[in-house]
Amino acid sequence: MSATIIGTSPNRVGGIGRVTGSQQYVADLRLADVLEARLVTLDCARARIISIDASAALALPGVRLVMTAADLPQPVPRFGPQLEDRPVIAVGETKYHGDPVAIVAAETKDAADAAAALVRVEYEELPAVFTLAAALDPAAPLVQDPALRPGDRLASTNVLREHPIGWGDVDAAVADVVVEHTYTFPMVTHFAIEPHAYIAAPDGDGIAVWSTIQHPNWLQKVIAKVLGMPLAKVRVFAPDPGGGFGGKQHAKYEPLVALAAIRAGRPVRLVLSLEETFQAVRRASCEVRVRTGVNRDGALVFEDIAADYLIGAYADIADRVVGKGSYPAAGPYTVPNVRILARSVLSHTVPSTAFRGFGNPQVNWAVESNLDEAALAIGMDRLEIRLRNIAHRGDAFIPFDTPADGEWSQTVTRAAELIGWGSPLPPGRGRGIALGIKSGPTTGLSYSTVRLLGDGSVIVFAGTSDMGQGARTVFAQIAAQELGAPLDWVTVVMGDTAIVPYDQQTSASRSTVLMGNSVLMACRSIQAQLRTMAARLHAVDEALVGVDRGVVHLPDRDLSVIDVLKPGLGRLGGELTGNGEVRKDADPSHPLSGAPAFFEFNCTAIEAEVDRETGDVTIVRHVTVSDVGRALNPLQVRTQDEGAAIQGLGHTLMEHYIFDEVGRIRNLGAIDYRIPTSMDLPLDLVSETIENADGPGPYGSKGMSEGALLCVAAAVGAAVREAIRVPIRDLPLTPERVWRALQERETA
Amino acid sequence: MAETHRIEVTVNGLPRMLEVPPHHTLLDVLRDDLRLTGAKECCLVGECGACTVIVDGRTVDSCLVLAVEADGCEITTVEGLAQDGSLDPLQRAFLDEGAAQCGFCIPGQLMAAHALLAGNPHPTVAEIQEGLAGNLCRCGSYLQITDAVLATAAEGTRR
Ligand code: FES
Ligand code: FES
Repeated sequence: MSATIIGTSPNRVGGIGRVTGSQQYVADLRLADVLEARLVTLDCARARIISIDASAALALPGVRLVMTAADLPQPVPRFGPQLEDRPVIAVGETKYHGDPVAIVAAETKDAADAAAALVRVEYEELPAVFTLAAALDPAAPLVQDPALRPGDRLASTNVLREHPIGWGDVDAAVADVVVEHTYTFPMVTHFAIEPHAYIAAPDGDGIAVWSTIQHPNWLQKVIAKVLGMPLAKVRVFAPDPGGGFGGKQHAKYEPLVALAAIRAGRPVRLVLSLEETFQAVRRASCEVRVRTGVNRDGALVFEDIAADYLIGAYADIADRVVGKGSYPAAGPYTVPNVRILARSVLSHTVPSTAFRGFGNPQVNWAVESNLDEAALAIGMDRLEIRLRNIAHRGDAFIPFDTPADGEWSQTVTRAAELIGWGSPLPPGRGRGIALGIKSGPTTGLSYSTVRLLGDGSVIVFAGTSDMGQGARTVFAQIAAQELGAPLDWVTVVMGDTAIVPYDQQTSASRSTVLMGNSVLMACRSIQAQLRTMAARLHAVDEALVGVDRGVVHLPDRDLSVIDVLKPGLGRLGGELTGNGEVRKDADPSHPLSGAPAFFEFNCTAIEAEVDRETGDVTIVRHVTVSDVGRALNPLQVRTQDEGAAIQGLGHTLMEHYIFDEVGRIRNLGAIDYRIPTSMDLPLDLVSETIENADGPGPYGSKGMSEGALLCVAAAVGAAVREAIRVPIRDLPLTPERVWRALQERETA
Repeated sequence: MAETHRIEVTVNGLPRMLEVPPHHTLLDVLRDDLRLTGAKECCLVGECGACTVIVDGRTVDSCLVLAVEADGCEITTVEGLAQDGSLDPLQRAFLDEGAAQCGFCIPGQLMAAHALLAGNPHPTVAEIQEGLAGNLCRCGSYLQITDAVLATAAEGTRR
């Protein structure tokens, strides 16, 4: 019996490439004859394009192409994961600062830079909206052409969609105390260290596209539709992204680069600058009004939540983010009356998209903070009010949905213990505790193929993107465990739609569960073939043969896989192949079109110290505990949790876009937009997991890569509030903001 | 754009002679001319550290150095760390501690850590965090990176 590799932390599969520099990210690939592309953008957000003159640019040596909307098939193709509202390039009007009006391609980067600067665009700036208040003003200019939403009563407003959800009767509910406040969450960006990059190349009668994309199969469909090609003629290569965090889920400039490549008849490459990534992806900012009704005994009576998310100029996946993110806004509590109304509000800003937590951190910040206010109002401990109302395993806390799939109080109790909840605090310090819950994937489709080669080594084909979460390693561990191969005898092939079977997407922390189960199924199919082989070879009844962890059990002895495989395959050799398919179909009757496959549950507890002179917040201790079902690779789980926690500290303490009056991002780029560095870490960061093997994934695992980010802001906010004894309801908690709050308290 | 300068540099122990335009950075030349793509492009303004290489024993953001300024210098990139196909102790430690998640920042982190250890073989946690403060990791592997540097320093003592 070979030892289990599940639950251990072998070196990352693909790790060698990452520490030697040999890992090839998209921008590292070199195609012969490639043209370098640059985008042409305007110095404002919304403008009417009057004319574009490319003659000077085209006259430069080495410039091969300047392409604008006028050069494209008419009407200009549009795409988008929710609504096909985004043209491949601006048509008639730009809608946000950074919306490209032309693309140039040249023999060298220098020529492309020079050409981009020489494209003359005559334009007229138009009135635009950059804030919720401006966008919701009845007199506001419309961001989207109403013709794109025929028959939609909201089409004449900037509200893209409303997402009402609830149960019980909030209006009729009577609570001892009602606490109402409004909270805001800033516009922040993913800031993956790898900027997005794209290459497209004519490929016989088809096209090949390389992208930093998280969803290669989705991109394949977009390109096929835009170009009018069958899927089989579109080959998408998706090398491991250098960080995604949701910002690389959906197509951005790939259709444009593909059209440029076809027009040029040569490969075209576009590598975005970091500044351009700020103008390509961001998280929706949000304003949330919360009314919490609570009885004196701590029982929650109602939650009444209205959340307006400021999305960008095109829908992208933003409206789904709003609907799905706000859906569990009342939290992991049993609340008899809940009313949630979330709205996605269009604006002339960068299209917002998926970002770790998928719309949930915004409402979590508000609702968890307001729960603290409710506790304060009735004089109850903040931990106690949470444990008083928390849903227990099996409780239908969202009445029409998947019941609580863990004993979450365990997680909370552990986090409280680790932070020393209730123990005395030095002056200037405070503690906070918050709970986060996120719905996992509501639909999914993951195919995989596993090949057990003649020598016992294994190739796994799985269409997940490994953007750092370590999916490659986890799939290799599953295959090694099931087929008895050493881990370094397993190869995982990803990121090529021509050879890897279809996977819907890499998002919602799904891959360990959905693709993991698919790989497990493929391995089990191979095990079944091994059983048949062993029965034939040893003339025993197949029912008496077992295969487990790479060992074939016969009634009288155990054999290794290879001892069965080699004679079983015979002189010609060959291999055994297994396929996996995990399908989670949509359920049209469900508000999210499907109940989540699992919940991500996290409890974060913080001890913070505030410098009264500067307003500086030091995180003295940051405890993050996640219910992960089972950690298949504990080190990877830990690094995902810690990474999510640190990313959460970004929007909590320092990150936010600042706009000027014409909608330009003023802090565009790394100098003025700060993300956490090694100097911004908690003095002590403790991450733990709760493991009851009660998840739907392989060996009882659940998805987990987002949980530790969800409630960071609320936990930190609560600690700061206790330290300075005054609430701050707007993020980020910059020194300036905290200092001002302190001053106001002093003068009050 | 026609004007170029001839420079001579030693890259990972190999002498290289190059013709470079005056405005091309060391990062451009490493990536585009020498096809050493280990040093990464991110911010291009000296804030993220993804492009960190070692020039004459000191770390630099190669996006901020003009190639002509590196004339006559000795340059080490991440590709120069492993010797004869075996990882150097720092690379091994990064692997063992799980420091590389997406990996994009890692070449820069490794070079910065290398220079740090060369100047201070037994750094404290605070010294490591300060020394690597210019190297952003959005995956948030900071604790594992620090652990890897500590482990390498400790191993250096044992040997
Ligand atoms: S790319 Fe050089 S410091 Fe960021
Ligand atoms: S490992 Fe991904 S940015 Fe550092």
